Amino acid sequence: MKLNKALATAALAGSVAAMSAPAMARDTISIVGSSTVYPFATVVAERFGTKTDFSTPKLESTGSGGGMKLFCQGIGTQHPDITNASRRMKTSEFELCQSNGVTDITEFRIGSDGIVIASSKNAENLELTLEQLFLALGSKVPVNGEWVANPNKNWSDVDSSLPNKPIRVMGPPPTSGTRDSFNELALAAGCDELPEAADLSKDEHASICESVREDGAFIEAGENDNLIVQKLIGDTNMYGVFGYSFLEENADRLQAATLNGMVPTAEAIAADEYPVARSLFFYVKKAHIGVVPGIKEYVDEFISNAAMGPNGYLKDVGLIVPPRDALMDLMDKAEGMRNLTLDELK
Amino acid sequence: MTDQRSQAEIVRQSLKRRYRKERRFRAYGVLAIAIALGALLTLFTDIIGKGYTGFMKTTITMDVQLDGEMMYLDDPTDERQIKMADFVEPLIQALIKEIPGATEEQRNQVRELINPYASVALRDALKANPEWLGTTQTMTFLSHTDVDVYVKHAGDAAYSIKLNDQQKAWVDELQERGVIETSFNDVFFSGGDSRDPSKAGILGAIVGSLLTMFVTLILSFPIGVAAAIYLEEFAPQNKFTDFIEVNINNLAAVPSIIFGLLGLAVFINLFGMPRSVPVVGGLVLTLMTLPTIIISSRAAIKSVPPSIREAAEGIGASKMQVVLHHVLPLAMPGMLTGSIIGMAQALGETAPLLLIGMVAFIVDVPDGFFDSATVLPVQVFLWAGSPELAFIERASAAIMVLLTFLISMNALAIWMRKRLERRW
Repeated sequence: MKLNKALATAALAGSVAAMSAPAMARDTISIVGSSTVYPFATVVAERFGTKTDFSTPKLESTGSGGGMKLFCQGIGTQHPDITNASRRMKTSEFELCQSNGVTDITEFRIGSDGIVIASSKNAENLELTLEQLFLALGSKVPVNGEWVANPNKNWSDVDSSLPNKPIRVMGPPPTSGTRDSFNELALAAGCDELPEAADLSKDEHASICESVREDGAFIEAGENDNLIVQKLIGDTNMYGVFGYSFLEENADRLQAATLNGMVPTAEAIAADEYPVARSLFFYVKKAHIGVVPGIKEYVDEFISNAAMGPNGYLKDVGLIVPPRDALMDLMDKAEGMRNLTLDELK
Repeated sequence: MTDQRSQAEIVRQSLKRRYRKERRFRAYGVLAIAIALGALLTLFTDIIGKGYTGFMKTTITMDVQLDGEMMYLDDPTDERQIKMADFVEPLIQALIKEIPGATEEQRNQVRELINPYASVALRDALKANPEWLGTTQTMTFLSHTDVDVYVKHAGDAAYSIKLNDQQKAWVDELQERGVIETSFNDVFFSGGDSRDPSKAGILGAIVGSLLTMFVTLILSFPIGVAAAIYLEEFAPQNKFTDFIEVNINNLAAVPSIIFGLLGLAVFINLFGMPRSVPVVGGLVLTLMTLPTIIISSRAAIKSVPPSIREAAEGIGASKMQVVLHHVLPLAMPGMLTGSIIGMAQALGETAPLLLIGMVAFIVDVPDGFFDSATVLPVQVFLWAGSPELAFIERASAAIMVLLTFLISMNALAIWMRKRLERRW
């Protein structure tokens, strides 16, 4: 009986302690965010771990939006210190951060990534304009001034210069940041080149210009880009949409379609000449500097010449590194840790 | 008379058809098993075919001249000097010496054959043996992943070879001379995750899995068994207990991701527990396995014949004595079997762990329940999604390790059932 009582008291005390557990001290940097930045940030984290005495940061690939949500949840070691993003922070996310007390944030723009439309080297390569791309993949296209469900079955239906083969494109699912960027940078840009797009209201523009057809011509392939690569090699009628790093890794077997006459090369993407290029970012929670050891040193490692310079190791894993002057700006930023303001994001 | 004969006739006539029917039915059964076995065989051949090379590493053995001047190092015990020393140069020079015809101008091409972390290995070796400075040591380093892929998969269409013709010729020659060798991949079993496929290991994930499973076991087994005993032996039969019973059965069918959401809301957001730690993973998997354990434990208790209970009661045992001294020991094998199967299920789970942050890149091998950790199936998931092609074989190799764990757990369950189960 006595024992039972003691046990019950212990259990109760345990649960009370768990309920009110204060944020536990943490000596590992916690990083969340974009799956596009993940392959680069993990390399930096690992190098940082072997080079310094700090423990290797922990990285979660949550997607840009998911990362922002976790990052903006508050101050305290149960919340992440850094979030990666394959797009800029939205004003709504900035406001969420502010309302949860995450007021001091520093933004780092770390380079670019391009989205490519690739096929097997044995397949016929496409030379597309963004307009043609939209006409091939948009859910609705204008026919005689009316927006109708996309009737184009073959590439040659879009333009007679294109191959007479069925339109079949594999790409990322709607949950992916790559898909968001593809819709926004490729499809919407192509849509805007059509004269009919000028008459669309803002809502119509979003629903028509940024949506992909769902009649089987565009195949959603899940988040695994390796799978798309395998499919492309096996099927020369298939085209695939994915990030530049996967093209580079398979450069001897895949070729990329030109968009508006531009071949996706590292130079063209870094210079913003290739139309479907986006910037990559990471955001640092300043309140955690000094609380979790090593944050500043990790940032220094990330933007160092050894990592992001023209011969840096991030280039080897497919990051399109920023030019030298941008890198120097980043260094100044890391020294001052300047706060991000709402005006910058607008 | 004629009537009787005709009846026998009818039976005889239909006999053939009935036999045929039976043969057909058996053939369907055999076919079903053949399809299942075929699928399993395809799975195993694919995984083993892709993954066995993951258990091999490619190394370079060479005489490294540890020249202090070349490395800008004259005291390997001085941390400051170690930080600024050049550990890459001795490796490049050593490899150039191994390759006849390689010149100083080709140093970059030579450097690309050496693993980027070989310099770290050299640094650590020097730190451990400061007296090596100024001597020449025969040392073995990992090769670059591109070399590893070329050595193992030259001519395989699924891989791209990234070496140029000059480098390929060098590697061929070095392999012939035994400088470049493949051997058992001990790195794979002794290290944590890495973004360099050659250096990536599975130990971190194995330890993470063990820690998580330990938490799951010590929580779910006692709670599950206690719940089963109460419901089966003590609880009154009324609407309320019926309601509980229905809900336990429902819980067993709830998709595991829901438990992840619950874990995120309760353990992390409400209780403020850290993300990515085995304790939270174990708690979430406990919620998931509890229904399985309760259901199998109740079945085990039910299968204990009433005569045992009656005999015990007949000699004056109290209800609690009946349960603890007689029913529980006899039901224990069934309970353990159910628990092991529940644990095996939990071991293969990734979805709920995604939400509580255990799907993460973690390099350091966890050394406690509150250390960031990942688990085996998550490691497979992460590697399968990596752009580096050399991770394909690592992912398949990790699947083999995971399957080994699962098969041994299931085998243990079968063995225990055979060994301990009492038949009545």
